[in-house]
Amino acid sequence: MTALAWLIPCALLLGLAGLAAFLWSLKSGQFDDLEGAGWRILEDEQPPTADPPAHR
Amino acid sequence: MGGPLSQIASAAGSCRPALATTTLAVANMHCGGCMRKVEVTLAGIPGVVSARANLSAKRVSASYVPGDLQAVALIDALERAGFVAAELAAPSAHPIAAADQDYLRRIGVAGFAAANIMLLSVSVWASGGTEMSPAIRSLFHWLSALIALPAIAYAGVPFFQSAAQALARRRLNMDVPISLGITLATLMSVYQSVRGTDQVYFDAATTLLLFLLLGRFLDQRMRAKAAGAAANLIGLAATSATVVTEDGSLVRVSSKALAPGMRIHVAAGERVAADGRLLHGSGEVDQSLITGESTPCRVAPGTFIYAGTINLSGALVVEATTGTDNTLLAEIARLMATAEQARGRYVRLADRAAQLYAPLVHALGLATFLGWLVSGLGWEAALTNAIAVLIITCPCALALAVPAVQVAATSRLFAHGILVKTPDALERLAEIDTVVFDKTGTLTLGRPTLVNAGAVDRTILAAAAAIAANSRHPYARAVVRAARELGLAIQPATGTQEVAGFGLERQSPLGRERLGSAAWCGLINAEAAITLCYRAVDGAITGLILADQLRPDAAEAIQGLARAGFAIEILSGDRPSAVTAIARDLGVGQFRAQLLPTDKIGRLAELAAADHKVLMVGDGLNDAPALGAAHASLSPATAADISQTAADAVFQGDALAPVLETLGLARAARRMALQNFAIAIGYNLIFVPLAVTGYVTPLLAAIAMSVSSLAVTVNALRLRTRKVSLP
Repeated sequence: MTALAWLIPCALLLGLAGLAAFLWSLKSGQFDDLEGAGWRILEDEQPPTADPPAHR
Repeated sequence: MGGPLSQIASAAGSCRPALATTTLAVANMHCGGCMRKVEVTLAGIPGVVSARANLSAKRVSASYVPGDLQAVALIDALERAGFVAAELAAPSAHPIAAADQDYLRRIGVAGFAAANIMLLSVSVWASGGTEMSPAIRSLFHWLSALIALPAIAYAGVPFFQSAAQALARRRLNMDVPISLGITLATLMSVYQSVRGTDQVYFDAATTLLLFLLLGRFLDQRMRAKAAGAAANLIGLAATSATVVTEDGSLVRVSSKALAPGMRIHVAAGERVAADGRLLHGSGEVDQSLITGESTPCRVAPGTFIYAGTINLSGALVVEATTGTDNTLLAEIARLMATAEQARGRYVRLADRAAQLYAPLVHALGLATFLGWLVSGLGWEAALTNAIAVLIITCPCALALAVPAVQVAATSRLFAHGILVKTPDALERLAEIDTVVFDKTGTLTLGRPTLVNAGAVDRTILAAAAAIAANSRHPYARAVVRAARELGLAIQPATGTQEVAGFGLERQSPLGRERLGSAAWCGLINAEAAITLCYRAVDGAITGLILADQLRPDAAEAIQGLARAGFAIEILSGDRPSAVTAIARDLGVGQFRAQLLPTDKIGRLAELAAADHKVLMVGDGLNDAPALGAAHASLSPATAADISQTAADAVFQGDALAPVLETLGLARAARRMALQNFAIAIGYNLIFVPLAVTGYVTPLLAAIAMSVSSLAVTVNALRLRTRKVSLP
């Protein structure tokens, strides 16, 4: 049963990490343009803007 | 926000001058290539610091050094690159985007909580109460409580708020029993955790919350997308305009700067930026954006021209009578907003059920508690019985009864190319007794077609098409399309000249060719049906008949609707003669012609006042307010963006059969929803008396609850395969 003492915190921490990652991606605008992002990886050249706005 | 050009201080502060940002709607940005081209085009303009396109929203935001650069310059650059761009009137669709994000955050939290609590619950269930020591079980329950309490307090806010608002207005909606169910299940679970018993339902509360939130989010997404499309359209209606100044020179200004009295120069192929009166020039204009009619309209000095009209022939000079805020287009947008507000008052079936059901349930729970208390049972046992009643009556099956049917029905319609956009649309569609059609683009295909293509000599058609390929005129396009469909290779002929108001002319060493009106080509006493003539170099004249054709199954669909007992009416903006002909062909007795958008709404209001539930089927921008005002609305996928936005459902393809199918399925779905209510109520009738008398343990209640939810869902799924037809 001592396994529980570290397995449960591990599970919770992983869950929280996932939640934090989701909230971060939401905040950094990764869900703003779902269609465009797929096309951007196909571009060879650098995007025309050096610093894309973090939020609009 | 002060305006689209509101100055913002750059992040770097003093080392860079303040930058201006603007958001432009780009209508024809469809793929990654376009997106790239838009960004590169803008970034290539000296003074532009950054440009970032959003493909989903069809918008691009650019920041630039103000002063030597205006937003108009950006629009012009995009136009030269082949894009239709416009500055957004109010660039902040942000409140909607914020609501979107808000739901996503809550879904994230609820999802985290539901997953982790389920992890703990499953192990408790799996142990069967024997393999796990009470201490561990209690630890798991407390851990669940630790996760569930903050998660529910945060993720449940939309429901709690909506329930509180409804209660404050002394009304009941479905959110009241949902909120009460979740709150009670949570509080009871906390209480049972304290007592160390097994009846802990944190998992059920969080999972229910997660699914409910997902449903709300999808609903919200749909609305946000629609609102964004509408904002883009209003921006695009009038982009920039060329103004004739006092000294006769031409100046390009943003259409927002237009004021009554200004003279606007409209080049061939350009859109008119403001409503106005024609001063100089004559020719033909395409009013399809406004009236929905694709037939070009002849204009002469003095004619009133609406914003959004495309100039098809030579240059025109229009004196603006309004600024851009007062154009017919802006008016249409306002009409639409009001119309949709009215529809927002529709009370959904589930909410109507809740208005009856919720008071009953709450009274029953209270009665159980008081009854047991009075009969001498301790308050604790009385409360447990009351909670069992509330769990039994928890509107899970009831809350599922309608959504399950809607999911089954919409997915079936989707498979047939019909996209239903709002969740309550099916309910409204089921109540329809009158169907109102727009003519052009709805009953017809909405574009002129060369009717006698088969009768025309192929070489003549090819020659005519070669000339026609140089023009944007709808008739010219129809000729080119007909030639292409016959497999002829068309090379645009060089040396072609457009003669305003008459047609196209080509001077070649062999002689002169003309494609235009019958009289101009030299055909005297032409048949009325002949729309266009081609005069070859040798002087031979060929008559071409162009007409907008009915959708292939229009007659069949109208007959089907009439047989099923629907009243049918045609409301059109077109000429009376054209509407009469179509109505006669289709056997429709009720029709009105030459209607403005406000007239269409007026007629719908008359019908509604006579207690008819009207389905509006339309496609043009001029139909958009009517689509919003009708009890329910459908629009073909070829419709203007704003009409698709306003309609409850959009159907693909050239056939009208989807109208019948949608109505049939909507009625079947309503029958199914009522059946589901019957199942849910029947189950309550059996179990509630048992619960009130204290024979149902919470565990039994939970099992019975799942079974009823399952029964309701399985019943709804039958709708996917069942044969549906109108009576």
